[in-house]
Amino acid sequence: MLNPDLDAVRAQLRNARGPQLWRSLDQMADTPAFRELVEREFPQGASELNDPISRRTFLKLMGASLALAGVTGCTYMPREKIAPFINQPLDRVPGVPLYYATSVLLNGYATGVLVRSNDGRPTKIEPNVNHPGSSGGTDIYAQAEILRLYDPDRSTQVLNKGEVATWDACFEALTAALPAGGAGLRLLTTTVTSPTLADQIAQVLAAYPQARWYQYDPINRDNVYEGARLAFGEDVTTRYDFSKAHLVVSLDADFLAPGPGFAAYARTFMDGRRVRHDTEEMNRLYVVEASPSNTGISADHRLPLKAGLVAAFTQALASKLGIPGVSAAEVPEAAKHFLEVLAEELEAHKGKGNSLLIAGDQQPPLVHALVHAINAELGNVGSTVIYTDPVEARPANQTSEISSLVNEMAAGQVQTLVMIGGNPVYNAPGDLRFADALAKVPFSFHLNYYVDETSAAVTWHIPAAHSLESWSDARAFDGTAGIIQPLIEPIFGGKTSHELLAALLGQPSVDPLDIVQTYWQGQLAGDFASAWQAALANGVIPDTAAATRTPTLSEAGLNGSAAAAGEIELVFRPDPSIWDGSYANNAWLMEVPRPLTKLVWDNAAIMSPRTAIKLLNLPFDPNQLVGGKVESEHYLEKLIEINGKVVRIEYRGGKMELPLWLLPGHVEDSITVHLGYGRSKAGTVGTGVGVNVYPLRTSDAPWFGTIDAVADTGSTYQLVSTQDHWTMEQRDLYRVGNFEEFKHDPEYISKEVYQHEFGTDEAHFERMQPGVDYSTHNNSWGMTINLTACIGCNSCVVACQAENNIPVVGKTQVGVGREMHWLRIDRYFAGSDLDNPDTYMMPMACVQCENAPCELVCPVAATVHDYEGLNNMVYNRCVGTKYCSNNCPYKVRRFNFLQYSDTVTPILKLSRNPDVTLRNRGMMEKCTYCVQRISGARIEAKKAAVAAGEDTYTITDDAIVMACEAACPTEAIVFGDLNNKDSRVASWKSEPHNYGILGELNTLPRTTYIARIRNPVEALSVHDTAEH
Amino acid sequence: MAQAQSIRTQSQPDTGDTYLLPGETYTSITSVIGDVPLTPPMKTPKGWIFGFAISFALLMVFLVSVSWLLIRGVGIWGINIPVGWGMDIINFVWWIGIGHAGTLISAILLLLNQGWRNSINRFAEAMTLFAVACAGQYPILHLGRPWLFYWLTPYPNTHGLWPNFRSALDWDVFAISTYATVSLLFWIVGLIPDFATLRDRATNPLVKRIYGVAALGWRGSARHWHRYEMASLLLAGLSTPLVVSVHSTISYDFAISQIPGWQVTVFPPYFVAGAVFAGFAMVLLLMIPVRTFYGFESYITIRHLDVMAKVMLATGMIVVYGYFMEVFGSLYSSSKYEQYLLYNRLYGPSAWAYYGLLFCNAVAIQPLWFRRVRQNIPALMIISTIVSVGMWLERYVIIVISLEREFLPSSWDRYIPTVWDWSLYLGTIGLFFTLTFLFIRVLPMINIFEIRMYLHQETERAHRREAALHGHGHGHGHDHDHGHAHASAD
Repeated sequence: MLNPDLDAVRAQLRNARGPQLWRSLDQMADTPAFRELVEREFPQGASELNDPISRRTFLKLMGASLALAGVTGCTYMPREKIAPFINQPLDRVPGVPLYYATSVLLNGYATGVLVRSNDGRPTKIEPNVNHPGSSGGTDIYAQAEILRLYDPDRSTQVLNKGEVATWDACFEALTAALPAGGAGLRLLTTTVTSPTLADQIAQVLAAYPQARWYQYDPINRDNVYEGARLAFGEDVTTRYDFSKAHLVVSLDADFLAPGPGFAAYARTFMDGRRVRHDTEEMNRLYVVEASPSNTGISADHRLPLKAGLVAAFTQALASKLGIPGVSAAEVPEAAKHFLEVLAEELEAHKGKGNSLLIAGDQQPPLVHALVHAINAELGNVGSTVIYTDPVEARPANQTSEISSLVNEMAAGQVQTLVMIGGNPVYNAPGDLRFADALAKVPFSFHLNYYVDETSAAVTWHIPAAHSLESWSDARAFDGTAGIIQPLIEPIFGGKTSHELLAALLGQPSVDPLDIVQTYWQGQLAGDFASAWQAALANGVIPDTAAATRTPTLSEAGLNGSAAAAGEIELVFRPDPSIWDGSYANNAWLMEVPRPLTKLVWDNAAIMSPRTAIKLLNLPFDPNQLVGGKVESEHYLEKLIEINGKVVRIEYRGGKMELPLWLLPGHVEDSITVHLGYGRSKAGTVGTGVGVNVYPLRTSDAPWFGTIDAVADTGSTYQLVSTQDHWTMEQRDLYRVGNFEEFKHDPEYISKEVYQHEFGTDEAHFERMQPGVDYSTHNNSWGMTINLTACIGCNSCVVACQAENNIPVVGKTQVGVGREMHWLRIDRYFAGSDLDNPDTYMMPMACVQCENAPCELVCPVAATVHDYEGLNNMVYNRCVGTKYCSNNCPYKVRRFNFLQYSDTVTPILKLSRNPDVTLRNRGMMEKCTYCVQRISGARIEAKKAAVAAGEDTYTITDDAIVMACEAACPTEAIVFGDLNNKDSRVASWKSEPHNYGILGELNTLPRTTYIARIRNPVEALSVHDTAEH
Repeated sequence: MAQAQSIRTQSQPDTGDTYLLPGETYTSITSVIGDVPLTPPMKTPKGWIFGFAISFALLMVFLVSVSWLLIRGVGIWGINIPVGWGMDIINFVWWIGIGHAGTLISAILLLLNQGWRNSINRFAEAMTLFAVACAGQYPILHLGRPWLFYWLTPYPNTHGLWPNFRSALDWDVFAISTYATVSLLFWIVGLIPDFATLRDRATNPLVKRIYGVAALGWRGSARHWHRYEMASLLLAGLSTPLVVSVHSTISYDFAISQIPGWQVTVFPPYFVAGAVFAGFAMVLLLMIPVRTFYGFESYITIRHLDVMAKVMLATGMIVVYGYFMEVFGSLYSSSKYEQYLLYNRLYGPSAWAYYGLLFCNAVAIQPLWFRRVRQNIPALMIISTIVSVGMWLERYVIIVISLEREFLPSSWDRYIPTVWDWSLYLGTIGLFFTLTFLFIRVLPMINIFEIRMYLHQETERAHRREAALHGHGHGHGHDHDHGHAHASAD
């Protein structure tokens, strides 16, 4: 070895004295051996860095050892190659995300979004405030589009009867199958709002005059259009303006659930309810409904009424309000008082234009017509109710359209069927037997995102591009059009609907961008290039909202008679998570607990406890359900055990077996089932989950009907929910107050609680140690969650999942209590009446305690506080003792009991947020207030400060938006800097109804809640006012 | 020689105020105890082989269970959020508790000069060690990433990080490692004179050499004895605080938290008493079959059993007091969470565990007030078994029932152990018994020299008493052949 003999050197020096020492040092400094010694301070290999050739060797060795280090670490990190850009795109800075405006669709209606693109990969959907369909919030479907884009199960190839084929071959077959003049050509689409697509369809219909175009969505608005025709004799779209509404009445209308206009409605409706100590007015909501909904739980007064009785209720209400030409109707005894009070209040609002009645999409046309009449009578038209031109390209009764199509197919009149999206084999009304009819069509083409039930039954399947991969356009609920622009090339070469239609017109390889641009060139005023750029940048095309109309009411439509409600009613509802089944393969949506039932991964026969006791002859005393005995724990625990009993429901000649699930507040003698389950070809996630109820859904009664018989099969099925407990156990968790009392004394809610708990108006929790003064730091982060505004829609939960790379764990793991959602929504039933309880929604994530119980007990200091008050997780340091979770009173920590993160499926890697560590098994994780967004904003603020030559940096109040906050359609979640007294969060924290949950533990949570304020009328106040 | 016998059910003679059956001599003591480890391999009793085979099979269950655990992660168990600790920590505390009897017997009773401890201390100490070995598995295996367990120790590292000294889990690291080290030392030091005896008695040269190495050159000189006594005393002094501190520290795992049912100030003494309680039950459970099987009734007499039963009763009553204090605490706290805990224990879904615990630990020990029961071997076996189950249930009640339902009803959930929870538990039982059987086979399970010394002391005592009774000192009926010195080798 070249190593100098250090011992010899030392010996030499030891013997030297005085000047001799220096001489010998000098002498030695000249020797090669000493030079060697100096060079080799790090003895071996280090000085080779000076040598270019051996530096390469060194790097090689380092690379190899790094690779080996990867082998030895006990994590599942597969090897991968990375490659730099050869030509870096101009607008791309590595690590800095870009945002693009586009739209995502639900049932054809657009929600405007901003999509974050990390290095060319769309990774997160944010609302587009400029877009009327979003106005600063999204639904869960928009949030889940990211996972849908990267779904490993999505269709990747053109299939001809299941065999792999090419687009060219498909085009050839399509051209060959097109009959001259279009006789026998049928086009089936889902609801179309896209102006370009409508234009293309018009061109196809012009080229093939005998062709016909049908639309079908299982969750359609047939009743809405039929109702408008009944009332006005023409097609109009009804739009609501909640900002002017002081009194809102929902007649089985779930306007706070996803659907056209959801985000905008939810926001403007809640704008009238998020009261502060000096708020003078608060709107009031009455809800009449069968199946408890997000709207129902937000109501000040809710009347459970069978869906079939809503028509009679509306008739009675209309006649009380003096609408001429209305047939008289009887309402059940229990509804009479409610009706009376409601009618009186509406009367009082008459002529002011500040009340609003809304009829549910699933209610028959008569109800809609009556509601139009009442709104007109009360003077709401033009104020809270706005009529416009239809937003859909061609409003249609979709149920009768699909019936006509099936009739034609069965009669052999259909030669070529081109389907764009949709899954009619699965979701067409059961009595139509669509699949049988489809078998009679010689040539069928299906452009679809998945190879689903319909794709399997057609001759040609064409993979569809995701909306984040395609050029297109779509209209929002108010008609405003927006351009859909791609953020990524079609990953698997999918085609857009525009390309398929162009192929029908004989153009197999036209660029969809050209199609969309060509259409808009004829529409946009002024300079096209700049108008197009503006449209892309804003996500909306200005002045495209549907024109308002003033239709004239015809009394003739109002005298219809309401069908009598049957003894036991079956109600079909869209699934709150997977909609009509088209999101069945989306694991985020499958695993997000359904808002009221908290069920995951299944549908059920949902009914009230009283109904279950009666129908199944259970040994429970139904009288205990009312009168405050609801808290009698033993009774409830026993009662809840019947969840999962499988019942057989016989309905209109068919029958199905479903596990039952109890939902307090569901109307008696009625069973709700959710659509969208029991898919046979959904993909690895959705196939075989739940029970398909479409076969029982007939074209004449798509939303509700009378059940023939219900029977207990004697078997049970394991249903999984994330929350089995119903009540709050009289604990001070969710605070509620009444607006009138709140106006009188804004502090009355907390006073009541503390009087009850401690006998004083205020609570002082002493601490043994001096606290940290965060006010001296630059920022100190905090959050408020407004319980009045939370409707339990889950948007925040899915947004959090998307932002923070939160894995899904599957039904089995949720079943043993291991769901991973950092943010969950707790649901409690309260009040003395289990037939119609108060239902509370409480979003709960890590509250970032200043005195955090978790930090104290972690033996390796893997969870620590930072100087801005965040309770951080150091994932790499976590060894997984789970002690932190045990000691967390809020139970918001989540543990990777197994390897939950999928690190091996290649396409899923694209979906991840690169700013958030992926957690492997054995680590604890939890909400840290989107710390990556805070850091990003801090870096930007510091850069700006440095550029401006300042010593201190300022982060503005709007610079950081949490993922949950951004997605929330009702602005219930507010995040910001507590040190900035002008911030929104600081102003909410100073409100008297702001409180910290479990305050008596002295954890000093940074996330606090704004107590729920309700606005009941005296006459109907039967509920307990404050629950603690 | 030792022969397999069924456990005696008829009542056995009380030895009066001594703890040895009459008729024992130094030679009989040495040969009866010392011959067991010196039995040639081919003459190993069939009963031992049978017992060892079962234990070893269970040890294989342990290996399978741990392997699967390391491959898949702690998710193979039934733990969840909110119940982050389940059978892993229950068993950990249970095993640690069992070990306590050994330390108490060897340390505190030595300092208190309780001669009767001599017959049982070796066995009890061995049990301590093996129980700690079993217990020690759990804190490591319960980690999400067990390969990083050393992060809990304060070692110099490139992270520049200490463990969090505020965490009770970190205190555990020190408590358990100290406990294991001192117990092991104490046990090995105590074995040295007996190793020498075995060395001197062994005929097989290889065996002679092995025991010779283990005896560390012990010759039984007065200087050796002096140092030995001093070392024992010092180690006893060191162990004494450990008896109290180890289980107190483990109780802090719960007591420093803020979970209703965990944050109980009575926990440290209550845990220590519970540990001794469980430990004595386990000593009885193991010793009764062994003494019968190897014919050690002369050394572990019915009086020993009687005294151990008394200790069990006394510590058991302390534990019962702890239960009362828990109930009192939750009623007096005026905290609805604490009060709900009591409700949940009495009426919640896991109430069976609480009632089981009350029966096992409070009711089932009451017959021990009666001497007839304390000296009835089947009764002792049954009660000891019940107590062992009861102490397991106690930890189940504390850990699981508290976590299942605490502050937010939205998070309430059940804990259902899986087959892997049980297999790891069975596996540690296998580890425990494998070690115990090996110990029985190769080491003198009763302290030979201390029994000899005790015999000497008893003989002297009887001699003096007789002399006092019969006037001047010519004792009759005394067998003076045995000599009066410590006999390190026959």
